[in-house]
Amino acid sequence: MTSPQTPGIQSGRLSQDQLARNFEDLHTPYDAHEAAVAADRCYFCHDAPCVTACPTEIDIPLFIRQIATGQPEAAAKTIFEQNILGGMCARVCPTETLCEEACVRETAEGKPVEIGRLQRYSTDALMSRQGHPFARAPETGKRVAVVGAGPAGLSCAHRLAMKGHAVTIYEARPKPGGLNEFGIAAYKTVDGYAAREVDWLMGIGGISIEYGSALGVEVSLDGLRENFDAVFLGVGLAGVNLLELEGGEKSGVEDAVHFISDLRQSADLAALPVGRNVVVIGGGMTAVDAAVQSKLLGAESVTLAYRRAREEMPASGFEQDLAASKGVRLMFNVMPVAMHGNGAVREIELEYTALVDGKLQGTGETTRLPADQVFRAIGQTLAPVDGLDLEGRKLRVTDTGRTSVAGVWAGGDCTPGEDLTVVAVAEGRDAAEDIHATLMAAAG
Amino acid sequence: MADLTTDFLGITSPNPFWLASAPPTDKEYNVRRAFEAGWGGVVWKTLGEEGPPVVNVNGPRYGVVHGADRRVLGINNIELITDRPLETNLEEMARVKADYPDRALIASIMVPCDEASWKAILPRVAETGCDGIELNFGCPHGMSERGMGSAVGQVPEYIEMVTRWCKQYYDKPVIVKLTPNITDIRKPAAAAKNGGADAVSLINTINSITSVDLDNFAPEPTIDGKGSHGGYCGPAVKPIALSMVSEIARSQDTQGLPISGIGGVTTWRDAAEFMVLGCGNVQVCTAAMTYGFRIVEEMKRGLSQWMDEKGYRSTSEFIGKAVPNVTDWQYLNLNYVTKAKIDQDACIKCGRCYAACEDTSHQAIWMKEGRVFEVNDAECVACNLCIDVCPVEECITMERMEAGSTDPRTGKTVSDDYANWTTHPNNPMAKAAE
Repeated sequence: MTSPQTPGIQSGRLSQDQLARNFEDLHTPYDAHEAAVAADRCYFCHDAPCVTACPTEIDIPLFIRQIATGQPEAAAKTIFEQNILGGMCARVCPTETLCEEACVRETAEGKPVEIGRLQRYSTDALMSRQGHPFARAPETGKRVAVVGAGPAGLSCAHRLAMKGHAVTIYEARPKPGGLNEFGIAAYKTVDGYAAREVDWLMGIGGISIEYGSALGVEVSLDGLRENFDAVFLGVGLAGVNLLELEGGEKSGVEDAVHFISDLRQSADLAALPVGRNVVVIGGGMTAVDAAVQSKLLGAESVTLAYRRAREEMPASGFEQDLAASKGVRLMFNVMPVAMHGNGAVREIELEYTALVDGKLQGTGETTRLPADQVFRAIGQTLAPVDGLDLEGRKLRVTDTGRTSVAGVWAGGDCTPGEDLTVVAVAEGRDAAEDIHATLMAAAG
Repeated sequence: MADLTTDFLGITSPNPFWLASAPPTDKEYNVRRAFEAGWGGVVWKTLGEEGPPVVNVNGPRYGVVHGADRRVLGINNIELITDRPLETNLEEMARVKADYPDRALIASIMVPCDEASWKAILPRVAETGCDGIELNFGCPHGMSERGMGSAVGQVPEYIEMVTRWCKQYYDKPVIVKLTPNITDIRKPAAAAKNGGADAVSLINTINSITSVDLDNFAPEPTIDGKGSHGGYCGPAVKPIALSMVSEIARSQDTQGLPISGIGGVTTWRDAAEFMVLGCGNVQVCTAAMTYGFRIVEEMKRGLSQWMDEKGYRSTSEFIGKAVPNVTDWQYLNLNYVTKAKIDQDACIKCGRCYAACEDTSHQAIWMKEGRVFEVNDAECVACNLCIDVCPVEECITMERMEAGSTDPRTGKTVSDDYANWTTHPNNPMAKAAE
């Protein structure tokens, strides 16, 4: 029988029961009393730091007070007014580096108000009982194309539809949701939440989605500009950074995003293969998600190898602790230099690193780890969009998401800024407001 | 460990914590268990006259006000006096007193406001061997509609009259329990004293509706779609009780009249506060109804600990100690100038002090770059609101300005001379300063 010790990349390392337990909801939802107690801890701060820390600027003290006064659904409306994907953000936001880090109770006692869980409590309450909470304005007759049904595109589309515009979303994949659907650890969004959330969001009306429509393949930017009054690009980062090193082409060396996507779309986790000894290269959320899920799938040993020091790791302290608690070994100041093995990878060779004069350098000392599966999680890149100016490796945009081409806005991971769902939602929303203002001004 | 033995009207009890006349003291079973748990005394649930006992409602009889995490802040009730036969209660009282001779046992009584009724019941109560009686002139619901309870307590002449009957037909101490549902608590207290009462106890419960059901549009507790006001008690009423107690303790007409303090006593500290305001002991109900009889253990240990820390060997050494410091507003020292001071190291930057001061007080707190909150002494009137709303203990303090310094708000030199409103130049009634 297959077990965690079975060599190679194998499926069925754990029983169905164990897998089901491993992939349960990371944070159990509050019940009503827990929520009331948690909500009561909020001080209703003046000019609250948590609101400032939230990229979508949800009025957190207000929605928490609404929970405390027994109206979680009204609280949810406060959230959704600012962030239509507030339900997903409640699950995937790194609150420990955003609102909860800013909470004055974090300063006071190291225990912030659990804003994320409270947000989930209220958004769940509304979404489970009511239809869509917002009404659409009368049709404006304006048509907007949105490329990408990820957080930025959905947020933009919803806001535009609410304003009365007709929105068509072009999505390359066969399902909506973007990284919410394909790129986030399964235990953060259980029971098909990402898909359910999109269904619910579409309840506003006025939005249609064309699947299998990738920009530059099935649709072109010029074509969209011609056929629509405005275009919003929320195309994300479709490319994956390459890892150029000796043996990097061996089988078993894969992209973490594909592993995560396969896992999210898998109907039977026991059928999903994973290595006995897994090494993940990288230090961000994707790296942690891949490492933790490898372990939960039954890999015997999982190592997260990050080239810099712990303090510089992009994944939050919470994520690091989560990984460690699941049995992932965190290695710092190591970089891959070679993959060894005959056809398939068997070992990874890592070189220790150190900062010399502010520059990261190899020390010359190396170590080898057994590895029959290696995941690259060293970042994604923008697939080029013809005709649009770049800033660094992303699309250059103004504060309201205007690209270098008139009539074309962009937001989300394809534009500068932190690659977070909540940031994408904010950018999509703000671009929609600007598109609306522009179209209405033009209409006189 | 300090000795908590208390002598109240010549009735000694091992500690000053008595259970008030209420549901917890309705029968022998409860009272025995209360004494076993360590309560110093019990005022038995109010007895009515001989004959068919009163009946209670069969729907809910308590309403509640909750704080965070369903902490009980206040309870109101529409329960009446004991609904068990007089004879049963008297037999039980006699048995309990015989078995617990060192504990105080007081009979609470409420009979119609005529001499014959009181004359009839008093000898029977005396036979139980209980240590004294408490006249229930306080209950604000049900019985008051029948001319008893607070209906008597709201008419000083009746209080005096009934008290006089009781002193005439009963030998042991008579305590008069007062209703707070009255404008000036000193009047009924003085009436009790004039009638010969040995002590007053207060407060009884306050007329209240704890909440309204917004689906049925009916007050809570709701009986078949209707509700009536009940009597409010528990921690929420303590400030009202403390004030009333202090008024009686310092009024010329009632000074020296022993007081049994009632109203939201939940901890040793509450008890100590009532006692330093002049109460010889305290009576407790809601705390026991919330947490059970065992709660007395914390009260006993806490009061004893505090007495040890203060060096008191007996409760008599601190009873009434705060009374001289309760005064009228006009005698407060207007030359006592303080300013709020925010400890920046303790501040967690919530900004509640700022919101409170900016929106509702004197715009005396600055919010500076980086959420630094500082007091503007030129505007601070020392109202204390910032301290009240600050979630951090000791973060904001009131610092007294030294004599000789200049108050930047008024531009005046701070004096350490005592000066109050009675001599203030703005007071048209001011007497010439000496």
